[in-house]
Amino acid sequence: MSTIHIPTPLRQYVGKLSSVEVTGATVGEAMTSLAALYPDVRRHLYTEDGKLRSFVNLYVNDEDIRYLQKEETAVKEGDNISIVPSIAGGAGVSSTSEGSTASVIPSGARDPGFCL
Amino acid sequence: MATLTTEIPVTLSKDEILRYSRHLIMPEVGMEGQKKLKAARVLCIGTGGLGSPLALYLAAAGVGTLGLVDFDVVDYTNLQRQIIHSTADVGRKKLDSAAEKLTAINPFLNIKKFDTRLSSENALEIFRDFDIIADGTDNFPTRYLVNDACVLTGKPNVYGSIFRFEGQASVFATEDGPCYRCLYPEPPPPGLVPSCAEGGVLGILPGLVGVMQATEVIKLILGAGEPLIGRLLLIDALGMKFRELKLRKNPDCPVCGTHPTLTKLIDYNEFCGIRGEEKPVGSGVPEIQVEELKRRLDAKEDVFVLDVREPHEYQICNLGGHLIPLNDLPNRVHELDSSREIVVHCKMGGRSAKAVAFLQQSGFSKVHNLAGGINAWAERVDPKVPKY
Repeated sequence: MSTIHIPTPLRQYVGKLSSVEVTGATVGEAMTSLAALYPDVRRHLYTEDGKLRSFVNLYVNDEDIRYLQKEETAVKEGDNISIVPSIAGGAGVSSTSEGSTASVIPSGARDPGFCL
Repeated sequence: MATLTTEIPVTLSKDEILRYSRHLIMPEVGMEGQKKLKAARVLCIGTGGLGSPLALYLAAAGVGTLGLVDFDVVDYTNLQRQIIHSTADVGRKKLDSAAEKLTAINPFLNIKKFDTRLSSENALEIFRDFDIIADGTDNFPTRYLVNDACVLTGKPNVYGSIFRFEGQASVFATEDGPCYRCLYPEPPPPGLVPSCAEGGVLGILPGLVGVMQATEVIKLILGAGEPLIGRLLLIDALGMKFRELKLRKNPDCPVCGTHPTLTKLIDYNEFCGIRGEEKPVGSGVPEIQVEELKRRLDAKEDVFVLDVREPHEYQICNLGGHLIPLNDLPNRVHELDSSREIVVHCKMGGRSAKAVAFLQQSGFSKVHNLAGGINAWAERVDPKVPKY
């Protein structure tokens, strides 16, 4: 079993948990286990053709899997996998921006997109 | 650091020596370090959540020159976290409000105000007279712009970012260290990651992260300690957990890699997929104005009000509408009667526009978006309804 750390924006799709215990010998398998447990989270991490979204990074312990064996990177008992999406907040935009930055698209809509 | 112009001869007056005494008695700072601080020129992009604590502490610590870039005006909703601004400053330019507080803390400070939105046209020019850039912005186009301009001008980018309860901090674009693009080569598609205005942010979080940025700026100036170069610090305020991840310089990075393809600033709105004022989803759906809804409700016409906000928002204020949060709508659409006239609202009209577009796709024909949402209702129909 390894632990996947869930960033705040994705916790709503995994029963509000901050981490989830999963099985799998590689990062890819561990992520598949996560998606099997919580199907809603998958489209937030992967594109429709199954590619990890480019603004989502995965780490095993403190190493970026892009510099290891990507999703083939082996995970062993007790390893920590972190999902680290890019976030941009900081200054606090004016409250008029809701229309252009609205985040959530219903899953039935044409492009499900990424809903952090 | 080679990028710092610390060779400028500076002296400290008697008053300054007394003011900085708690720095001067530490060997890690001392007279030499305090002079480096005085000679340093730091540019703060944004005087909001991150920029407030950042600028306040840099000013107090004795950084000689602080540049501030902001075009915004203080808003009532800023006060929950943007501690450089006071209630009396609502409506004032953030630059003026911030400069006043900073000078009050430290009259020795030299402030340079840039009353503008940072852009590809002005960034290199503005950056030229500074040694370190501190990124306290709130959007992806500016984040990539700041990063690229830092790489191109060889100035460190002291980075901080926040969302809800979570923060990230690092130091990018030093000579041998990774840059923001090494970490995230591409931004998320527009409209899919919420801003603080929509996603919310815990008020103290920018305080935590902004002070970390200030710490990194001061360490870079002093050449002391271990800066966050090649490390991404993750801050989880709810768990009060701090984790650190390794960052690597990407040899294929388009801006700081071995064969850069990006050698001048680009159009960052286009790069981030933002074209003008175009709204991504839900634009062009049928709308109804708040006055018209009020008239129809008063006339007891058959109008079904659907509220697609979250339950905690419903508790702040509501129009007595039927609550189905936007995310639940696909699973709960059976609760709606497509033969009835439906008016959908949210806080400001963004989410409800998406809901209307979705309902239209699902075969609803008599569905309208309440333009401006419940905030417009509060403004123009019923002042007793609180705005948030």
